[in-house]
Amino acid sequence: MTVTAAVVVFPGSNCDEDCRHVLSDVLDVSTQMVWHKESALPDVDLVVLPGGFSYGDYLRSGAIARFSPVMKAVVEHARAGGLTFGICNGFQILTEAGLLPGALRHNRGLKFVCQDVTVRVQHSDSALTSRAVAGDDLIIPVAHNEGCYYVGPEILERLEGEGQVLLRYVDPDGEVRGQAAVNGSLAAVAGICNSARNVFGMMPHPERCSEALVGGPAYGSKNTDGRRLFEGLVAAAAGGGA
Amino acid sequence: MSPEFHNNVPITPELVAEHGLSPDEYDRLLDVMEREPTLVELGIFSVMWSEHCSYKSSRVHLGRFPTDGPHVLQGPGENAGVVDVGDGWAVAFKMESHNHPSFIEPFQGAATGVGGIMRDVFTMGARPIASLNSLRFGAPDHPKTKYLVEGVVAGIGSYGNCMGVPTVGGEVTFDPSYNGNILVNAFTLGLLKADGIFRGFASGVGNPVMYVGAKTGRDGVHGATMASDTFDDEAEQKRPTVQVGDPFTEKLLLEACLELFATDYCVGIQDMGAAGLTSSSFEMADRAGTGLILDLDKVPQRAEHLTPYELMLSESQERMLLVARKGTEQAIVDIFDKWDLDAVVVGEVTDSGEVAVLWGGETVAQIPVAPIGDEAPRYERPYAAPTDLEQRQSLDLSAIIDVAPGAPAADAAVKLVGAPNLASRQWIYRQYDHMVRLGTVIRPGEGDAAVIRLPDSDRGVAMSVDCNPRLVWLDPQRGGAAAVAESCRNLACVGAQPVGTTDCLNFGNPERAEVMWEFVRAIDGIAEACRAFGAPIVSGNVSLYNETGDVSVKPTPSVGVVGVIEDVHRAVGMGFREAGLQVALLGELEGVEGASLAGSVYLADLFEVCAGRPPAIDFERELAVQGTCRRLIASGVVRAAHDLGEGGLVMGLAEMCFGGPGVNPVGVRIEANPLGRLDQLLFGEDPGRILVAYRPDDGAAVEAEAKANGCPLTVLGMTGGGRLVVGAHLDVSVDALASSWGNGFERAVGLGAS
Amino acid sequence: MAAQGSGLIARIVVTPRRDVLDPQGAAVQGALASLGFEEVSRVRIGRFMEVELHTDDRVVAEQRVHKMCEQLLANPVVEDFSFELTTRGTGA
Repeated sequence: MTVTAAVVVFPGSNCDEDCRHVLSDVLDVSTQMVWHKESALPDVDLVVLPGGFSYGDYLRSGAIARFSPVMKAVVEHARAGGLTFGICNGFQILTEAGLLPGALRHNRGLKFVCQDVTVRVQHSDSALTSRAVAGDDLIIPVAHNEGCYYVGPEILERLEGEGQVLLRYVDPDGEVRGQAAVNGSLAAVAGICNSARNVFGMMPHPERCSEALVGGPAYGSKNTDGRRLFEGLVAAAAGGGA
Repeated sequence: MSPEFHNNVPITPELVAEHGLSPDEYDRLLDVMEREPTLVELGIFSVMWSEHCSYKSSRVHLGRFPTDGPHVLQGPGENAGVVDVGDGWAVAFKMESHNHPSFIEPFQGAATGVGGIMRDVFTMGARPIASLNSLRFGAPDHPKTKYLVEGVVAGIGSYGNCMGVPTVGGEVTFDPSYNGNILVNAFTLGLLKADGIFRGFASGVGNPVMYVGAKTGRDGVHGATMASDTFDDEAEQKRPTVQVGDPFTEKLLLEACLELFATDYCVGIQDMGAAGLTSSSFEMADRAGTGLILDLDKVPQRAEHLTPYELMLSESQERMLLVARKGTEQAIVDIFDKWDLDAVVVGEVTDSGEVAVLWGGETVAQIPVAPIGDEAPRYERPYAAPTDLEQRQSLDLSAIIDVAPGAPAADAAVKLVGAPNLASRQWIYRQYDHMVRLGTVIRPGEGDAAVIRLPDSDRGVAMSVDCNPRLVWLDPQRGGAAAVAESCRNLACVGAQPVGTTDCLNFGNPERAEVMWEFVRAIDGIAEACRAFGAPIVSGNVSLYNETGDVSVKPTPSVGVVGVIEDVHRAVGMGFREAGLQVALLGELEGVEGASLAGSVYLADLFEVCAGRPPAIDFERELAVQGTCRRLIASGVVRAAHDLGEGGLVMGLAEMCFGGPGVNPVGVRIEANPLGRLDQLLFGEDPGRILVAYRPDDGAAVEAEAKANGCPLTVLGMTGGGRLVVGAHLDVSVDALASSWGNGFERAVGLGAS
Repeated sequence: MAAQGSGLIARIVVTPRRDVLDPQGAAVQGALASLGFEEVSRVRIGRFMEVELHTDDRVVAEQRVHKMCEQLLANPVVEDFSFELTTRGTGA
């Protein structure tokens, strides 16, 4: 069966076309762009909130976008168990909208950071990570100003206990250390899911390393680690239906 | 509306002088107007005849540039130049300076510089897909340098990142001549269909003139005249004229404009950049040979009580002026409304040949269009070689002790690769999103030029911005030619063929004969090189009066060359990445007098000496070297290539060992012996040299290709191990070099880790 | 030496200068309007800072804080600032 996806376009989104390209041209997913002023979503398997600077990141990243008309439909889609994936600014919007716990704060270095980072897969029992094995290291670029994940201690404990922390930043020496992540994220959190395991958010950009040509020099110009995450989502959509 | 604006004031000599017009220029104004101007008219003339807008000191020389070629679709004179890159695609590109605003307010100055160049590119109908920048700061330890570096880099990043346009490369030089006048040159390249170019024409009498984008405030009133002023102690007082950028609004404006361009509603469009509504209206009418009526009461306004003077001269950002096909006004309003932007009819195209400006029901300005351009002052400024030229060009190497082989050479190598002018720029480029849009094939630090793939095509475009101001200062003609040669060589190192050039000519005060001489000679050098490499100038910008007090900046004609790669999958970076590769040099390791140390980083950063006469560019040799490299990359033989530029052989080898971010370093062992001094061999900076690495099995193919092109070839050695070894002269660990190089930039400027 | 009292707190507000474009304020104003807060006519977004001082000399503190604002805390190119001094331990 053909998997279907919608990429939501907010004013200031700038990875919307990139997500469409990977879904549609690389993974053969039938993908539609949905303008944020729409009040309904098409009937799709997967909703992607792309990266960018929705509303210029003014006030707080994602704070204004989460009031866009389309977000009511996104919340309904997610609450009904539909696969929902926020990347970078999309992750920020999902936390502002309450679909994922926590918040993304200013990077500890107080500067925008764009570089390849290594993230370690923590659990493979989620759609996002189903094409990887716990302990796998993936090289995926980050590009953000506000990617320092924070959440209160009780909720963090629950996230850890329920296996909702899916990806953590790995330091150059191969260790995962609480506060040493590229952006200062608590517990080195790079990506999480909700307790129902259908809503995903991550700061690194898997769409940027889904094709060898532009995947960067990490493995001698053949980095397609990001594609494994998308393939996991697409497989889940194909297998489980919407 | 302010009831307090008096347009018909007596035009005193003081008022004329405050507007930056000389008495002679005011006489010309009277000839054009055939009457005394109103205050609004005086303001309009002051910006239209400013150096920034009129090119009055430079225009007579710019005509010597080659501007035509088989790929050129649009040469200079439009918002940006356009060249054909094949498979139905074209690229629009331009480089522009924002020097003075960036010195006054580095963050906003640099940000709005980026915003301005992006608008120049997307008004041509192109979607911006890559940016570069060329930055010059004062001495790394100058008290203002840290503040300026941090502000400029953050400003460029904030704007480009938010726009979703990757910043994929650039260059930075430190030199004390920039202590009081930094240079911020921004380059943007956009992609469009070869048959889809939009231009700034106000055509079709009766067509509506529309204002789209952000509202107008008092931002930057008289910014264009400020850009033509010399800095003095009162620079601080001029702060209020700096504009604030809003990249979010510009992103919306970009998307709205591209949506508009997909229709046939738009007849002509131009960015309201420097001198805002004034220059856009006059230039569009001038190109089309028409006239315009503008009703300022209809202009969307952000501030209260704006006078017609302020409305005409405001440099508020993120605005465009367009001429629509009559009857499509509402459709255009609907497009911009979707993006929450104003689109308002503010006037009409006429056949009057003049721009008439209405405000509060009265005509506040009425100026003939053609004469304000045709009669603009044009100066043949006198020029003469600097009196100290001989002194500049004499380099007495006997006063500098040659580096001894062994530990001293290793120490010098470690120190040099970490010198501020050579150290890794990662602190900068990790603050720029350089991957968004999924086009970046060669990332910053990975290769000699940035490479972006084209959609639905095997082709790629490569781009590089270059200028070595020390060489230009020592010999402007050779230095100008060297800038173009280096850019083209950088393109060759990723496998690209040059197709077009943009320039940004930053010089001091043209009223000084020696500065004018530098300008004239540099143009000759650039023109000669652009001809030789088949890379005509298609757009550009001149920035004069870059000086503080008596100190002019080193002459800095930055050039940005754009090239095409037929098969982008074959593009290579500079990193060796693997052991067992053969390393060879295309070109000669040293000339008969040894490799040149004239103007080298070795002398500048280790001995604080800038002297000597740089070698002339041997175009035949350059073409042979670059052509050989390009063909060997196209055939898949060469796996890494890097030109020998600043820092010479050691720097070139070291960067190939490092390989760029995320790459595992690999050592190299070569055999080479100096003709004379060892420092010349190790750190000399002769042009026309490229290092290539390839599998030993491909040695015969490399030899055959070099021979076919008449390119000198020397097999130097092999990759492998963890050390960089040059015969018995130099043996140093790659780790030691990498750690000096890795944070040398931050160390020199005193920046914290980011 | 620090004075014997409890010290002062400077509460500093930095806002964009009135004539300077405030993109952030404009975006928030639009968002408030779309949420139904039509009565909002303007939003300016700035920064709030608390600076604790170990002095009780208000006259000197006034001058010093003014200088801090001019030199570092505000960017006079695009921002205005205002502040008030309160005794540490008391409310605002």
